[in-house]
Amino acid sequence: MNSFHFIDRRKNPKGKSLGNRQRFLKRAKAQIKEAVNKSLRERSMKEIDKGEKITIPSKSTAEPRFSHDRDKGAREAVHPGNKEFSAGDKIKKPPKGAGRGKGKEASDSGEGEDSFQFTLTQDEFLDIFFEDLELPNLVKRSLKEIKSYAYKRAGLTVAGSPTNMNLIRTMRNAHGRRLALKRPSTKEMNELKERLFELEKIASPSEEEIAEKKAILEKLEGMEKRRRFTPYIDPLDLRFNAYEPTPVETTAAVMFCLMDVSGSMGEREKDLAKRFYMLLYLFLKRRYERVEVVFIRHTHHAEEVDEETFFYSRQSGGTVVSTALEKMLEVQRDRFPAHEWNIYVAQASDGFTQSGDAKRCVEMLGEEVMPISQYYAYIEILDERELEVFSDADSGAELWRAYRSFAPQWPNFAQTRIARPQDIFPVFRELFARDKKEAA
Amino acid sequence: MSATAEKLPLIYNEADWDFETLKRAYDAIEDIGLNDLGLDVYANQIEIISSEQMLDAYSSHGMPLMYKHWSFGKHFARDQMNYQKGYSGLAYEIVINSNPCIAYLMEENTMTMQALVMAHACFGHNHFFKNNYLFRQWTDADGILPYLDFSKKYIAKCEDEYGAEEVEAVLDAAHSLMDQGVFRYNRPPRLSDADRLARIAARIKHEETNFNDIWRTLPNSEEPEDEKEERQAEVRNIQLPEENLLYFIEKASPILRPWQREIVRIVRNIGQYFYPQKQTKVMNEGCATFVHHYIMNELYNRGQISEGAIMEFLHSHSSVVFQPEFDDPRYSGINPYALGFAMMEDIKRICEDPSGEDREWFPDIAGSNDWRNVLKDAWANYRDESFILQYLSPTVMRHFRMFAIGDDSEQSHVEIEAIHDDRGFRKVRQALSAMYDLGMHEPNIQVVGADLEGDRTLQLRHTVHNGRKLNEKTAAAVLTHIETLWGYEVTMDEEDA
Repeated sequence: MNSFHFIDRRKNPKGKSLGNRQRFLKRAKAQIKEAVNKSLRERSMKEIDKGEKITIPSKSTAEPRFSHDRDKGAREAVHPGNKEFSAGDKIKKPPKGAGRGKGKEASDSGEGEDSFQFTLTQDEFLDIFFEDLELPNLVKRSLKEIKSYAYKRAGLTVAGSPTNMNLIRTMRNAHGRRLALKRPSTKEMNELKERLFELEKIASPSEEEIAEKKAILEKLEGMEKRRRFTPYIDPLDLRFNAYEPTPVETTAAVMFCLMDVSGSMGEREKDLAKRFYMLLYLFLKRRYERVEVVFIRHTHHAEEVDEETFFYSRQSGGTVVSTALEKMLEVQRDRFPAHEWNIYVAQASDGFTQSGDAKRCVEMLGEEVMPISQYYAYIEILDERELEVFSDADSGAELWRAYRSFAPQWPNFAQTRIARPQDIFPVFRELFARDKKEAA
Repeated sequence: MSATAEKLPLIYNEADWDFETLKRAYDAIEDIGLNDLGLDVYANQIEIISSEQMLDAYSSHGMPLMYKHWSFGKHFARDQMNYQKGYSGLAYEIVINSNPCIAYLMEENTMTMQALVMAHACFGHNHFFKNNYLFRQWTDADGILPYLDFSKKYIAKCEDEYGAEEVEAVLDAAHSLMDQGVFRYNRPPRLSDADRLARIAARIKHEETNFNDIWRTLPNSEEPEDEKEERQAEVRNIQLPEENLLYFIEKASPILRPWQREIVRIVRNIGQYFYPQKQTKVMNEGCATFVHHYIMNELYNRGQISEGAIMEFLHSHSSVVFQPEFDDPRYSGINPYALGFAMMEDIKRICEDPSGEDREWFPDIAGSNDWRNVLKDAWANYRDESFILQYLSPTVMRHFRMFAIGDDSEQSHVEIEAIHDDRGFRKVRQALSAMYDLGMHEPNIQVVGADLEGDRTLQLRHTVHNGRKLNEKTAAAVLTHIETLWGYEVTMDEEDA
């Protein structure tokens, strides 16, 4: 008899291949990054923090071995399932490239695979997404706490407005008091009154009946008197619900994405803007339970659109930035009251607007938008060449200069310029540093 | 059923398993395996694992102890995705050629599947590992687990010491030569014995304690003189041409440092360890499948498993030995389980109930009735190529409706050279056998020269058979890897055989 034994390994630590996976991700970093970037363009903003199926070209992760060139030389093969062939038959080869054999036949490792598909976890995805941008623990950064006041129940009081009266407590108090002070009940009195009525109906009452009638009358009078002393409801009984204003963190935020979609905003510009919006969305999502996103695009007039249209459709027309602000205010008044919502506005533009409009924008911002917004970020998307021309923060297109003069009054207003994807994160970080001084 | 034998009680009657039942089933299987079939096996160690652990094991050559490398992570990612998407199932079992023989069973398996897997792995594969001449000669079942353990620790140590990238570069390069890192004709030296491993460990320790950064810039400075001489003596002993590229590079590379040589050696040893498996896919799986099929049916005949269990067994057995035809979308070559099982069943039939044709083709065994010993002899002394050449019968060829085609890249058509008929049997058999000859498949590349005293150019030669040239793209990539290991120019030419 051979000896043998069973070993239960199910409890062994899992994830033995984690080290291998990390090595693999590192190895294929460049390709994965590219794939992530590509998928960014394809996925919608709200899906950004999900895991992702990634397909990468197998080049960098190929494991080359010496192998024969399958298109050269002579070879023999045996296959099963002959139906009509007999020895000596000649069969024309399919034209080159028309799928030889059956798919992945004999592609052990290396050359057969053109691309390699696998799934990244959410963490891995975010890591890679932020890596370009040197993520400095984004999530740990916090905004200034946003407080608003909500009235919370705080017990009962004896004074208050009638609308806040707590009926149950009031009536219970009244009932107790009536019992304690022995207030004659209406039912009791009614019974006596009925008896009295019956007695009065008697045409010739006896002595006893007259005495009874008198007693009842007296009793009723006493009762009436007692009832006057002890009213059904006394001001003493009244109780009101008390409300106290308590500061609460509002946990819903709305993010307005404003973007110029006129002809001057090309694919590249929109892609940059989208990345910025995504970051902002991701950031807000970590802070708030609920984040709504409103997309407003504008040319010379503005409209609210869905995400798809926002990023991918084009419109021609002039550029009047203030229309977008108007639209935004309209939507905000309609659906997002400022005391319930934290309002974030991100505006992306190439900096051009109709002359004179910049002034109007600044007015609207100062008077209406800024007072209700938690934060307003203006991103100007430039060409790389332009970035050099405008290296000085004071020079720039009309809108930039107008905002520039306006910005100092509002600490929660930020403006910045972006020309390359790698600029986005530093800029974002600067905008959202916990404390401006810290970032400076 | 007939009244032949008194029926034994059922071992189990439910789909769920527990260790008690496993034990009883194992004992019953062992009884048939050892006393009826007469198998000769290593002691068994059966480990129960979860599906995730199975995936883990999968991605690193099915070995429980494997060093870390990104390629295993890549395979894991692919297998995991395929498994989760349902493109592919997991193997029911993994078995390791070691002593004791380790078999992994998945916890998700039903009791019937556990029984099947135990019969398949713990007796079928186990017997084959212990008895086949390739495994006996070329692998070291006693030494493999300690060796893997050593190599895993050694490589982890090197990563700490010299940086993961440095180690990765060596591993990448060595992996690309794994197919050219085996001794095909002469027996390889035994795996490092305990003494040698201890010496290496001691050396690492020594290096650690006497670490001096200045010396790191001097190539080979840490190699003790005596070891260097020993190594150079080995290099002088190598007779060119040398087929084992990794061996040659490990010994003769002018630039490798001792730890890099050790890593090359680890890769080479692991490649060598797997070499017999590559040559015996049909036989190994055929043997295991034949054994599990026999044992499960015998369990049923003895009344130890129920009718339901045998039905479940037949269902999974028939999907294991399913062979799609060449024009079926599922076709991806000949299924080694199907071919091996069919051939072995046919050997049994020839021994017991031969036809005239069988007597003509297999006069030695036809009607001998001693199929157990015929099979054991085949399992012990053949590999796929020779086994097919010896034992593929006309019956099996007819059954598979095999046909051989010739494909010459110079021609605009392929030609059917032979089919499953009297004129074609021998040709088909010879062609199929050749398909399992690794020497025909893997490019024959040898070291033909290394100018160790001069400019240190390493010359390789590919011997071309039938005009089958190397795939230039992968060859260029592999040459780059070889240059990493060799440090000087590497040239390659192709020569017709």
